[in-house]
Amino acid sequence: MDLSWMAWTWPTAIFFLTILTMLIGMSVWEYFVPGGSPRVGVLRFETTRGDRLFVSLLGSAFIHLGWLAFMGPNLWWALAVSVVYAVLVFRYV
Amino acid sequence: MNKTWNNKAWFMVLPVFLLVAISAIIPLMTVVNYSVQDTFGNNEFFWNGTDWFVDTLTSERFHAALVRNLSFSLIILAIEIPLGIGISLTIPKKGWGVSVCLVLMALPLLIPWNVVGTIWQVFGRVDIGLLGHTLAALGLDYNYVQDPIDAWATVVAMDVWHWTSLVALLCYAGLSAIPDAYYQAAKIDGASRWAVFRYIQLPKMKRVLTIAVLLRFMDSFMIYTEPFVVTGGGPGNSTTFLSIDLVKMAIGQFDLGPAAAMSIIYFLIILLLSWIFYTVMTNSEGAN
Repeated sequence: MDLSWMAWTWPTAIFFLTILTMLIGMSVWEYFVPGGSPRVGVLRFETTRGDRLFVSLLGSAFIHLGWLAFMGPNLWWALAVSVVYAVLVFRYV
Repeated sequence: MNKTWNNKAWFMVLPVFLLVAISAIIPLMTVVNYSVQDTFGNNEFFWNGTDWFVDTLTSERFHAALVRNLSFSLIILAIEIPLGIGISLTIPKKGWGVSVCLVLMALPLLIPWNVVGTIWQVFGRVDIGLLGHTLAALGLDYNYVQDPIDAWATVVAMDVWHWTSLVALLCYAGLSAIPDAYYQAAKIDGASRWAVFRYIQLPKMKRVLTIAVLLRFMDSFMIYTEPFVVTGGGPGNSTTFLSIDLVKMAIGQFDLGPAAAMSIIYFLIILLLSWIFYTVMTNSEGAN
């Protein structure tokens, strides 16, 4: 399939495949444990695991942007911070 | 109570998912692909890493446009929401006046953005426009082409004229849904007009106000056509909002990489602010 019209690169393809894998993973999780495990966390309002994934991804995007703006172009540390942030979100939010 | 979970219901979402995929997700993927590459035309792209993001995040031009955009959204929300609530409270509840009011209120909403821009561009002109000419006749030094404050006042007034009706109509729908029993109970308790508004009407309008604030915020944060037609982003860059700057960069200068990086940052800011608005407003509603 010719995807050159979308100007694909390997890094962007891996990025979207990771997001897709996460969404499929969430669907499988939902299939086995339905209902989204709602609970009230540190933000003092009810969140489901879908909300927690959204907060993790959005927060990670800003962590990466912040890293680019203030620290520099090496994003591996930003990725590490984002993973820790996502774990904390899934644990406490 | 035991709920029956039927995951086959998810297939009902499939048409919407396909529609969103074609209209939003695929274009967004293309923008992400552009944002990490550079092109000199001919559909040839060269890897550029995250440089465009660094350029955008540290660019004063981007910061200035972002501040202008946020200021514009805050100003129009501060005017349109109270004004819309005020107008909705004065619309009659029954009789022939209801239809007249609703039709008159809906008229500005039916006018396309570029026509609204053209109307205000002519309306504000000092030589032939009614507004500009009247203000000049009153001795006011008004000229939206040369004065940044006048340009801002014109763009804000235009947005208020165009969209306050939407807020008013949404609030009116909220007010119409309040059962008479609430007003009767308030009357028996001898509640003042302010108390009726504060403890009955405002809480009952919260849901529609959430929608109104979200719609107006997102729409004003993405505003393009009206200021583009009236001021073209000027004088200078005083009314160059993010979208105008983005179009200048993408279409005017054909800098696809920087424009794509800016689009993604712009999109993430809208997503974050909309999520905060939505979460705060729906949760304060739940708390009530």
